[in-house]
Amino acid sequence: MNNISKEYLLSLLQKGLRLDGRKLDEYREVELELNVSKNAEGSARVKLGNTEVIVGVKLEVGTPFPDMPDEGSIIVNAELLPLSNPDFESGPPNSQSIELARVVDRGIRESKALDFKKLCIVEGEKVWLVLIDIYSINDEGNLQDAASLAAMAALIQAKIPKYDGNKVDYNEHSEKLPLVRKPVECTVIKIGENFIVDPIKEEEVFIDSRLTVAVIEDGNICAMQKGGEKALSIEDVEKMIEIAIEKTKELRKKL
Amino acid sequence: MYKRKDRRLDEPREMDAKVGIIKRADGSAMFKMGNTIALAAVYGPRNLYPKFMQNPEKGILRVNYNMFSFSVSERIRPGPSRRSKEISLVSENALLSCLNLEEFPNSVIDVYIEILQADAGTRCAGICAASMALADAGIPMRDLVSAVSVGKVGDAIVVDLDKSEEDYEEGSTDMPVAMMPRNGKISLLQMDGNMSKEDIKKALDLARNTCNKIYELQKKTLKEKYMGEVENE
Repeated sequence: MNNISKEYLLSLLQKGLRLDGRKLDEYREVELELNVSKNAEGSARVKLGNTEVIVGVKLEVGTPFPDMPDEGSIIVNAELLPLSNPDFESGPPNSQSIELARVVDRGIRESKALDFKKLCIVEGEKVWLVLIDIYSINDEGNLQDAASLAAMAALIQAKIPKYDGNKVDYNEHSEKLPLVRKPVECTVIKIGENFIVDPIKEEEVFIDSRLTVAVIEDGNICAMQKGGEKALSIEDVEKMIEIAIEKTKELRKKL
Repeated sequence: MYKRKDRRLDEPREMDAKVGIIKRADGSAMFKMGNTIALAAVYGPRNLYPKFMQNPEKGILRVNYNMFSFSVSERIRPGPSRRSKEISLVSENALLSCLNLEEFPNSVIDVYIEILQADAGTRCAGICAASMALADAGIPMRDLVSAVSVGKVGDAIVVDLDKSEEDYEEGSTDMPVAMMPRNGKISLLQMDGNMSKEDIKKALDLARNTCNKIYELQKKTLKEKYMGEVENE
């Protein structure tokens, strides 16, 4: 599907144009659907144009880490399904899916989005583990931002199942998760000297560098991840953070 | 006598189907049977690597069945399991019988089945979706494949068991059946439980009737997509 040259793409971008007619800092249409899988404690589907990601949240009772005996935890996993992209292969998670999951994880963890202490059931013995599983359904670029938004939506919707001290009853749910902050991630892409957001596949192959920025409600940043082969100047980073702060304001309205 | 609250014993759950749901795939479909939702995507025919696996006589079909970790009450660890590998294999055979792979030497057709939400009958919903996805990918087929689970709940012969029926306290038998509705030939048959020869006969007849209904929905859904495309041109 990739038969355009980098020169052509750059000539478009320098005129402020995108392959699909968008502005440089414009997202594709963002669609959010909740409760797409009923056996999950919370689930969401996010579409960015044709890109589609589904995230489900399950809760399990587990033992706390010895150094944090009164805190629950989150575990984020991403499956880049071969169903979603002809280049994805079956098998254990590769570096791309691990990075994607870890960047979503850090946004949630570092913003202290969940009050981990409220996920404690019996100190030193039992806590709630929040398992967040990300599945790509159709990969036409920018899985990262779609995954992060879907994860946050699924967490907002998720409810804690009933637990009698012995067994979890997944048929009955009570209160919502102790969610105190909502981080939203935006990945800013640099191609040549141009900054864009929400790349499609044809643009993703020409990425020089990217910066994923997780932004909380007050505009502060709680996690970042730089990717791509080319280095960024301090001015680049400042510019990219500014773009991310602006764009996450729009994305946040969908939650 | 075992009774159902909301449907007759010979009545399947409400069904829904869609094609072309995954744009990057060569063919794709969704099939919903009650609360069970299966997604399927087809990639290919495409070159098969590593090269030594290629067969100059005919192409190969690879089916991969997988359940989302949160598709059931107790989370499943992501990745293949013994169960999912076996279902991949029997689903592959269920679909192979309607394909003519001599047309695609050295190639592979990959079919990916993903269970988004599970309430029993997932392999059947997966096969229904996969056969529609193969048709959507334009792969020549002798027929579609339709599938449904039949069996016995308590003392009653039933079609399309849900999870509560599979777990029925007084005993339950589950018999997934896939067939090519045009000639009525069976391409998948499994059974767990206890049934007499006569019960099996009744259950297979019920499977045949229900597969015909599923077939109508599959054909209608495929036609609607392509008729729509013609009209829009």
